[in-house]
Amino acid sequence: MDNRVVITGLGVCAPNGTTVNEFSDAIKNGISGIRHQPDLEALNFSCQIAGTPLLSDERIGQYFTPLELRNLNSTGIIYGVIAGLDAWQDAGLTIENNNEPDWDSGTIFGTGTSGIDKFRWAINKIDALEIKKLGSSVVIQTMASGVSAFISGKLGLGNQVSTNSSACATGAESILMAYERIKTGQATIMLAGSTSDSGPYIWGGFDAMKVCTFKHNHDPEKGSRPMSATASGFVPGSGAGALVLESLESALARKAKIYAEVCGGHVNSGGQRGLGTMTAPNPTAVQRCIQVALKNAGIEAHEIDVINGHLTATSKDALEIENWKVALALPDDSFPYINSLKGMIGHCIAASGSIECVASILELSEGFIFPNINCEDLNPEITNLIDTKCIPQTLIHQPINILVKASFGFGDINACVIFKKYPHE
Amino acid sequence: MNKEEIIEALKTIIEPYSEEVTALAHIDENTDFINDLKINSANLVDIVLDVEEKFNIEIDNDSMAKMLTVKATTEIIAQKLEANAGQ
Repeated sequence: MDNRVVITGLGVCAPNGTTVNEFSDAIKNGISGIRHQPDLEALNFSCQIAGTPLLSDERIGQYFTPLELRNLNSTGIIYGVIAGLDAWQDAGLTIENNNEPDWDSGTIFGTGTSGIDKFRWAINKIDALEIKKLGSSVVIQTMASGVSAFISGKLGLGNQVSTNSSACATGAESILMAYERIKTGQATIMLAGSTSDSGPYIWGGFDAMKVCTFKHNHDPEKGSRPMSATASGFVPGSGAGALVLESLESALARKAKIYAEVCGGHVNSGGQRGLGTMTAPNPTAVQRCIQVALKNAGIEAHEIDVINGHLTATSKDALEIENWKVALALPDDSFPYINSLKGMIGHCIAASGSIECVASILELSEGFIFPNINCEDLNPEITNLIDTKCIPQTLIHQPINILVKASFGFGDINACVIFKKYPHE
Repeated sequence: MNKEEIIEALKTIIEPYSEEVTALAHIDENTDFINDLKINSANLVDIVLDVEEKFNIEIDNDSMAKMLTVKATTEIIAQKLEANAGQ
């Protein structure tokens, strides 16, 4: 028999909050984490604003040994380890220094690429004929799976330890992979999440593609404008989100706090066929992903209370709303609430899905819908499709039962997860 | 620099790589990096880099392979220092 899977721990390292409490407060109050970045300006970026988590050396020092801190130059690993360990602790799980690993616990912690600053440093050393000077820290900090390897070593995980990578769908996909592993009885506890580096070398390629806004270098907090008529490209972000997934049986047995239930979901690809390309989504695939996710979770479209969209603040936002509308096929007056966290934190690339899922779980468990910011001038193409009341611009306190989260990524890939409030008796 | 001075300097280099408090406190010529100090073998290359920097010497691959104990390491450092002094 399949296990039911619940969420028992959250951790986050976001541009507008680096603890769950700080983040929860920020998203309720529409607080932006987007700031001007002097390094991007110095390097002639078109977009000179971004969202990065603010961490003191003292905070980082709580998660890494002095030896690990020497030569540590991977922001992705730092964010991932902080979010991951915080989620573990939030779930009431302890870190044991046993000789034997915890065979029933694992992690799927994704990234696009991490340790890019370390990689740059290593490449420069090699080209300067100083290969010997690389030392032992380059491989572990630049391998894509560095983040899951660091987390696993700290927690003593003995089940599957892996890093998934599926562009901007990475975070949502990590949750579904962890969910499947527990559902099918192969693991009891899985730490799911994803992380994304900060800085010019990770964001440069996007800047060159002209997909980031260049119109808000002097008013950073207004720069990320999902669903707005004046949306002019996304604002890059970074950070990590982490969620402890656990079998319901295990959570009940250890009397853990249960935030919500993962009911199911789906991942697919548009195959870069039809209207799909490397960078543009195939609408048929997006719609199918949402529909199959609902079917997989046993949820009807009319039961959805809130959609946490991908909605990056590009011209594609209206297309995404249209895809949701077609996929759900609801009467015009009963479209659910929809929000995008990217207005506050920008597009955290590989970390976007996991950070946005942490926000979604907080909404479900505490009963609120965070406000969309920077869309006071809603895009008319969107308001032609759905009622403006579906796009809240102020905080709403109300119990919600079903929340759907979707993320879409380069390569024409999609992920959609269905979360449900866990009824506490 | 005499042998005792080299060992003293080496102690400071090695300390961050080992969590064996007792063994660290009793470092002598016979101390083995992996068996006694439980140093992760991947970190041996980092110790060599630190040694190169501290003593301003260069350590070749053959010498590096021998640097598994305080005794061998001290001897290699002394040799390289001597070679430098003779230049």
